[in-house]
Amino acid sequence: MTELPFRVLPAVDDTNEFFWTAGREGQLRFLRCQGCGYFLHPPSPRCPSCGSRDVAPEPVSGRATVFSCTVNHQPWTGETEPWVIAIVELAEQEGLRLTTNIVGCPPEDVAIGQEVEVVFEQHDDVWFPVFRPVGSPT
Amino acid sequence: MTDFERRSIISGIGQSVVGRRLGRTGLDLTIEAALEAVADAGLTLADIDGIATYPGGGSPAGSDFSGPGTPEVQDALRLEVRWHSGGIEGAAQLAAVVNAVLAVGAGLADHVLVYRTVTEATGQGGGGRQGIGLGGGGKPTVGGSMQWSIPFRAYSAANWLALNAQRHFHEFGTTREQLGMIAVNARRNAALNPRAIYRDPMSLDDYLAARMITTPFGLYDCDAPVDGSTAVIVSRADHAAGLDHPAVGVEAVGTALRGRPSWDQWDDLTTMAARDAGAHLWTRTDLKPSDVDVAELYDGFSFLAMVWLEALGFCGRGEGGPFVEGGHRIALDGELPLNTNGGQLSGGRLHGFGFIHEACLQLRGEAGERQVADAEVAAVANGGGPIAGAMLLTRAR
Repeated sequence: MTELPFRVLPAVDDTNEFFWTAGREGQLRFLRCQGCGYFLHPPSPRCPSCGSRDVAPEPVSGRATVFSCTVNHQPWTGETEPWVIAIVELAEQEGLRLTTNIVGCPPEDVAIGQEVEVVFEQHDDVWFPVFRPVGSPT
Repeated sequence: MTDFERRSIISGIGQSVVGRRLGRTGLDLTIEAALEAVADAGLTLADIDGIATYPGGGSPAGSDFSGPGTPEVQDALRLEVRWHSGGIEGAAQLAAVVNAVLAVGAGLADHVLVYRTVTEATGQGGGGRQGIGLGGGGKPTVGGSMQWSIPFRAYSAANWLALNAQRHFHEFGTTREQLGMIAVNARRNAALNPRAIYRDPMSLDDYLAARMITTPFGLYDCDAPVDGSTAVIVSRADHAAGLDHPAVGVEAVGTALRGRPSWDQWDDLTTMAARDAGAHLWTRTDLKPSDVDVAELYDGFSFLAMVWLEALGFCGRGEGGPFVEGGHRIALDGELPLNTNGGQLSGGRLHGFGFIHEACLQLRGEAGERQVADAEVAAVANGGGPIAGAMLLTRAR
């Protein structure tokens, strides 16, 4: 087990708690319009696709594709091991994107188009959804 | 009816000393720049009846980033204004100039002092460049839109924009050798600008050998924090007759924002908000990209200047890499001289306003050794990610 990196915590409130605590149940959740099925991110009280205000958190598969990625080398926090920041696109909907980290493989092995799956990293009462290559060892 | 832009000119420009860790306050630097601009415009402080800045005081990013707010500057100069404005939301840093042009066009003011001041080099102190959201003690937390990036260890616009650049590299085959020519070109021009921060020669090999910040950005893809203030005076167009130098005409502005205003949710990561502001600009003028003699395009990161080249139609979408390759087209004697003062990469991070200042110098024929012959039309662009504003300036005829 490698040591967890430092992370700035999100300010959790009623509008985002469903997202930041979903990992407690091992799930990734997004708001979804109960009228037309559109996933909203970041959270918003009204579906921008159909106008419905009936939106609620729903779990997604946690499968995604790397849309873009960068290997950070700058020691912003004093940490010197390179890390991968990525934008992933969730399997459920084109354009449903999340900025996240890719873990579980050497940074230089991450590539745009790669299939990844969610894994959670717990800090206090927050579960950070990060992603690892599909099929990588746990 | 005349477009509102044509009712204004930039009548005067001023710039404080620019440097690393000057140890002077932002207000002090602002006053220096403002007094120079007012005198350059052939005015006195009593003539100034408007004031505007970006982003204004009270920015959460701190006063070294934001500079003094308009109330501080108004009070320090004892200005009596009919119109005043500061704010961070709008067409990037240029929003302050656009607001002034709107105010003059609407008759709310005759002569507006517009300024942008940074003391980020002093603020940085002896340490390295700070990440965003890491300040304060204890366990830092972040809310709002930043909660979707900073908790994932994306502490800087360098990280956010690297994701855009990587996507551009992926889709269009753009290379570091191409991107690097924007930095090499900036350094080449900075050698001819006594106010520039980095003036020593830099080759493409030097660029490629620099340490990596966040792929594909190396050290020289990132601009250099400085201390300095830039001021311009936006005046009624009929003031042109009162000047002892050519007036700079405001031909058009580009302020549109159609995509989702977000760093990571923007539809096409290879374009950013520059796409919309750039397209909007050309709807407000009969001039064409081929009419532009000099381009002063935001380069907080090298890649942003490439994006602006595409957004403003100097080349096609995805063609920024081949356009800058070798650096000939963008050189001072090329078809589109780019960032003639060294940009922010080598000139220093005056945060947008350095480009306006340089565009005015070029149009007035006062750019010294780096003067582009017969510069009559200049494109100025500010911003990156979901933030963008563009402006077309002309030597008033």
